[in-house]
Amino acid sequence: MWKWLHPYANPEVSYHFTGKLIPWLSALTVIFLSIGMVWALAFAPADYQQGDSFRIFYIHVPAASLSMGIYFGMAIAAFTSLVWQFKLADASAAAMAPVGAVFTAIALITGAAWGKPMWGTWWIWDARLTSELILLFLYLGVIALHSAFEDKALAGKAAGILTLVGVINLPIIKYSVEWWNTLHQGSTVSKLGKPSMSVDMLWPFIFSFLGFALLVGTIICIRFRSEILTRNSIRPWVKAIALTYSIK
Amino acid sequence: MQFDSFSDFLAMGGYGFYVWLSFGISAALILVLIFSSILSHKQVLKNIASQQLRENKLRQLRKQRSDNNHNTIKEVNQ
Repeated sequence: MWKWLHPYANPEVSYHFTGKLIPWLSALTVIFLSIGMVWALAFAPADYQQGDSFRIFYIHVPAASLSMGIYFGMAIAAFTSLVWQFKLADASAAAMAPVGAVFTAIALITGAAWGKPMWGTWWIWDARLTSELILLFLYLGVIALHSAFEDKALAGKAAGILTLVGVINLPIIKYSVEWWNTLHQGSTVSKLGKPSMSVDMLWPFIFSFLGFALLVGTIICIRFRSEILTRNSIRPWVKAIALTYSIK
Repeated sequence: MQFDSFSDFLAMGGYGFYVWLSFGISAALILVLIFSSILSHKQVLKNIASQQLRENKLRQLRKQRSDNNHNTIKEVNQ
């Protein structure tokens, strides 16, 4: 497997590979996300308790779980880069941070807009909401560290250490609804084996979730390519690409 | 279809404001992220290209100057 993976560790190969991947990913994103959103807004049934406000769920839950998933991916990249000095891992971590921050913000904002009609308040300092807010600050810290140093390797190291320290926040977010009494409801989808949702709500959720996940993949690929270029700007192949672009 | 009319759809059973607020802000944030990612990719390419053009020009100037120096030395020697 390592032999098979080896060529992808080359920045030039990964640049061209992700370039070929982006059109497919974005096409799949458009298909899944539009089906998911239309289904969620117009065709999924209203919740028997929460009425049509339940439709916020189809953005809120994918955004929240992706905000944690992206952080986990970023932590793996940071670990690989710190332990094996693998430069592309730094580039991918730097590409993931802004995407994760935006999805954390979406989770918080949609959560507030759902909390207002359901709990009667936009915000409350309970465990789930506070730990998700800390996740946003961790992302902002990582982004700041990546851009704080001229030397990208040093920046990657500093951001990587912060990322790894912040991993402790992930289980806190995940289990906050079980460890503490909170206003936030328990998990609906990921109850092992059988989700407690009816099928006509589960399908639009699956489409929305896959749509958002594909969207995240697409944007990370775009940003990853910019990071590769910045980090290899003195290489001849990067100069060649930049020159042909500027002539166009 | 869960709604009888378009105005029903907009009203979202009385939760219209919250539902459309969520979907609107999410869409706006995602669009900003997509466009800023694409724009910054173009900007990176542009910066590398202009940097390289600058370097090429410098190299050319330096070469010209050293050629001129050689010529003047030759003239003096003659």
